[in-house]
Amino acid sequence: MSTSAPLRQAPETSMSTPRRRTPAVGTSRLGRGLLWGLCGIVGLWLIVPVLVVIPLSFTGKPSLKFPPDSWSTRWYANFFADTAWTSALWTSVEVALLVTVVATALGTAAALGLTRARVRGLGAAQGAMLAPMIVPGVVLAIGTYSVFLKLQLVGTLAGFVMAHTVLALPFVMIPVTASLRGFDRRLENAAASLGAGSWTTFRSVTLPLVAPGVASGALFAFVTSFDEVVVSLFIQSPYLQTLPVKMYASVTRETDPTIAAAATMIIVLTTTLVFTATFFVARRNRAQ
Amino acid sequence: MPSSTTPAPLSGAAPRGRGGNRLAGRGARIELIDLSKRYGDFAAVDEVSLVVEPGEFMTLLGPSGSGKTTTLNIVAGFVGPTSGSLKVDGAAIESTPAHKRDMGVVFQHYALFPHLTVAENIAYPLKRRGIPKARRAELIGTALDTVHLGEYGHRYPRELSGGQQQRVAVARAIVYSPRVLLMDEPLGALDKKLRDWLQLEIKRIHAQLGTTFVYVTHDQEEALVLSDRIAVFNHGRIEQVGPAGELYERPGTLFVAKFLGESTVLRGDTTRDGDGSAVGVCARTLRAPGHIEGPRAAIIVRPERLAVRPAGDRPEPGWNALPATVAGEIYLGSSRKLELTLPDGSPALVREQAGALSDVRKGDEVTLTWRVEDSVLLPDDPDVEAVFT
Ligand SMILES: Nc1ncnc2c1ncn2[C@@H]1O[C@H](COP(=O)(O)OP(=O)(O)O)[C@@H](O)[C@H]1O
Ligand SMILES: [Mg+2]
Repeated sequence: MSTSAPLRQAPETSMSTPRRRTPAVGTSRLGRGLLWGLCGIVGLWLIVPVLVVIPLSFTGKPSLKFPPDSWSTRWYANFFADTAWTSALWTSVEVALLVTVVATALGTAAALGLTRARVRGLGAAQGAMLAPMIVPGVVLAIGTYSVFLKLQLVGTLAGFVMAHTVLALPFVMIPVTASLRGFDRRLENAAASLGAGSWTTFRSVTLPLVAPGVASGALFAFVTSFDEVVVSLFIQSPYLQTLPVKMYASVTRETDPTIAAAATMIIVLTTTLVFTATFFVARRNRAQ
Repeated sequence: MPSSTTPAPLSGAAPRGRGGNRLAGRGARIELIDLSKRYGDFAAVDEVSLVVEPGEFMTLLGPSGSGKTTTLNIVAGFVGPTSGSLKVDGAAIESTPAHKRDMGVVFQHYALFPHLTVAENIAYPLKRRGIPKARRAELIGTALDTVHLGEYGHRYPRELSGGQQQRVAVARAIVYSPRVLLMDEPLGALDKKLRDWLQLEIKRIHAQLGTTFVYVTHDQEEALVLSDRIAVFNHGRIEQVGPAGELYERPGTLFVAKFLGESTVLRGDTTRDGDGSAVGVCARTLRAPGHIEGPRAAIIVRPERLAVRPAGDRPEPGWNALPATVAGEIYLGSSRKLELTLPDGSPALVREQAGALSDVRKGDEVTLTWRVEDSVLLPDDPDVEAVFT
């Protein structure tokens, strides 16, 4: 779960603060050394939890003692043998995929509307949609829970998808908005003059050209949903749990290293996704 | 053709136009009737009326900010007029969306789709019209040949030079034989040499296709090279419409006279004098044909109509004369320009053809003469100086 924290920062910082030149301090040898040292410490700080969890998942003993003094893959076997773990994993994947589709569609539409509409209250609308990024998770969780109780959405797949979509929306809107800002709207006039209606223009010109932003939005939506824990804890039921919820429940009750195996798999999945996406976006940008 | 509600499908055998190009079609007649576009209190286009005849090459010429692009965008359907109407072949189209107007548009910054190859860019309007693949390939080939880019179909726009990209944009705009081709400063981003060549290319393509062209530029030379007629824009209004020769020889306003070609402007108070008018300039009386309203007049004389004589020469009957000092000369090979200064300090410009050069030099006192009928009498317009200085 620690993996997603720095990821989430990425689109936010590149959006809200226009790219500035680094001021010309720290060009001296000492300054540069200091900078490297500081970066090293921050990097280490972020990565240490991962460096602990991965070895832990291969421990031979049924305890979370670190460092392990014997090795095995029994906790992975245990994970896949236990239907409580596998069904939680399956629920998480299912919810995350649905959220990816819904949040990407809604977030892209919202970004289009917000960059182009000329009406009052646009800023307020944008603020409301980006709010889930700032409002504390617990506050959102309590609100969601009380509404879901009334609507009987607690412990349902639809409930998870809706709640996670709200959380994922800002992470779609931000990169898509950035892509749209760089999009030359004269191309849409050109398409219209050539006989394309507004939907055809969107599908054949606008969307392909903002695709990198949409793709990274989709990725962030998936990751946001896949490792969401606070809101999910509130709206879960014993019959429908996501993987992070199951892990939380497990760690509070027992000291079973299966949780480390689950965490390692989440880390591998999310980092693979992000690296692949980054690679493709970089290659595309170079091509254009 | 009635105001089609969908882009007109291409017939199997397009009618051959004047030049026999397979993309040739019939041009449409366009009528702008009292068109205005306001942004708040500001009128970007102010009651513009203009008729463009089928197959005509009409240029909208004017300084930057005079409303040319807005007018063109209203015709293309990118901007809705605040008031007025727009007809194509007699049918009102103000409420027809851009994608159903069947017009080709070429933009200053090319507006090629960067994610599509040249051939795919040109195929784009054909796909929208449901043209089958085999016919598409044929038309793309013809369009690329027309702009001399036959070998470039598989390239991406970023792999082409500016001039090549603009030619692709032209190919894309003509491949579906639209009844109107609109161009907004298409050569504005290119260097002079390329521009001169592409002007001739555009003229050739116009002759081959027979389509109605509406062309926007702020470059008067370009307008002179290309146009059948020119509409001169100023402050959102059309000052004058006509063939280049007419605008040059008989400008209707001081603005048109100064915007198109070079001239000497002589200002003074005017009174009626028989058939013509008398204008007091530099304590002398000049004569010009016709009359104007109001007391302040400007006489316009084109440089090739002026001649220099020895100082003190008396004017013959039917000629005007003013004393002047030679301030400089510019030798141009086939001609020579003399820059003169009049007694009130204002400049005058004389063009002499090679073979008929006078032997005056810088600093000489001379007499400047011209025929009375070569004087164009216009109402003075103090605003005009602001535009040109
Ligand atoms: N969307 C707009 N909002 C406000 N003013 C505009 C807009 N578009 C054009 N204008 C103004 O209208 C005037 C004419 O613009 P334009 O038609 O682009 O002139 P031109 O093409 O002759 O340079 C300019 O003063 C411009 O600032
Ligand atoms: Mg313009």
